Amino acid sequence: MSRPKLPRKSTSIDMTAMCDVAFLLLSFFILTTKFKPSEAITVVTPSSVASKVAPDKDIVLITIDKSGKVFLSLDDEAKKQYLVNTLNSTKNLNLDTKAFVKSTFFGTSFSQLPSFLVIPEADRKGNLLPGIPVKDSINNELVEWLKLINDAYQGQKMNLLLKGDNLSKYPSFKSVLYAFKKNDFLKFQMVTNPESVPLGTDLWKLHQSKSDAIKPE
Amino acid sequence: MAEMDTSGGGGHKKGSGVKKSKKLSTRIDLTPMVDLGFLLITFFIFTTTMSQPTAFKLNLPKESDKPQDDTKIKNSGALTILLGKDDNVFYYEGILDPAGKNFKSSTFKTIRDEIIQKKHSTDDRDFFVVIKPNDECNYKNVIDILDEMAINVVKRYALVDISEGENQLVLATEKAGVGN
Repeated sequence: MSRPKLPRKSTSIDMTAMCDVAFLLLSFFILTTKFKPSEAITVVTPSSVASKVAPDKDIVLITIDKSGKVFLSLDDEAKKQYLVNTLNSTKNLNLDTKAFVKSTFFGTSFSQLPSFLVIPEADRKGNLLPGIPVKDSINNELVEWLKLINDAYQGQKMNLLLKGDNLSKYPSFKSVLYAFKKNDFLKFQMVTNPESVPLGTDLWKLHQSKSDAIKPE
Repeated sequence: MAEMDTSGGGGHKKGSGVKKSKKLSTRIDLTPMVDLGFLLITFFIFTTTMSQPTAFKLNLPKESDKPQDDTKIKNSGALTILLGKDDNVFYYEGILDPAGKNFKSSTFKTIRDEIIQKKHSTDDRDFFVVIKPNDECNYKNVIDILDEMAINVVKRYALVDISEGENQLVLATEKAGVGN
């Protein structure tokens, strides 16, 4: 008696479906990724449990780099236009209006601004610039900057952000706070990396009770 | 899916009169392509930072020249945290003892327990944390300790300049600590 012949099945699987999935995922990741723009000032931010995403509109960002130098950046070009006009009329700096408006950040004293604006955008690197002088309270130019910004915004909503480097020393932070206080900017936000809330702490319990309230057992 | 019908129109009959067209298989091995696809996915997953930066809110007190406007705090409910260089943390409860007896050193790992202990042992309305960073401490330390306030739900705290005497004490303790 002969055995019934088992049909030999091919072991090769159709890879097409898998290929489809792979490339679908790939295109998803490519499209959702926002490439990090190369930053002129490198800052490593500390982490905190704050869960609110940092705003990205109407921002006035003060950056403190690791050596404690202070930089300022604005995103609203109309406000920068106002700033450059005021600076030109009050300080006789003869600033290049176009270059000023195009510049993403400022990191020199007022007197050095004209030569700062001559440098091409790509070559403006935070580590080569002196930063805005803030160290002593008499010559704290950030106070003046913020005063101008305050005038430019005139009560419009603006998000004052502070982005500090892990290694920057406290005095520069203190002098920035001094400039804030001088201009009555009493509410500001600090840019941090998100961090999970440690288990068992009061904040954790608070979150737990909140989530319990939403979906009762 | 990945194969095309290369045989002619109705050329399934293998009649003797019909000219046999040679069937070329168009089935391609897609395995390397899948490999490549997943390799790229892995690359994108690893290089992408999904996390967006968050913002930590801080409200400053209004600066006033009048001392009577200053916030009054009870000594019994006060916890003062001093920050020094190299992540050193010091703290004392109430007023600093002239001889520095209640001046204790801590670390960022253990300071949470101290805050919790103080929080539970004092009345909620009296509990107040004073944070005094000295010039040697860095921005991360300040954020960490403010974060600690958020973690332990400390409602009242203030960032205050360090006094000369306290700074000396911090420096002296740090110096003494080096030998250990």
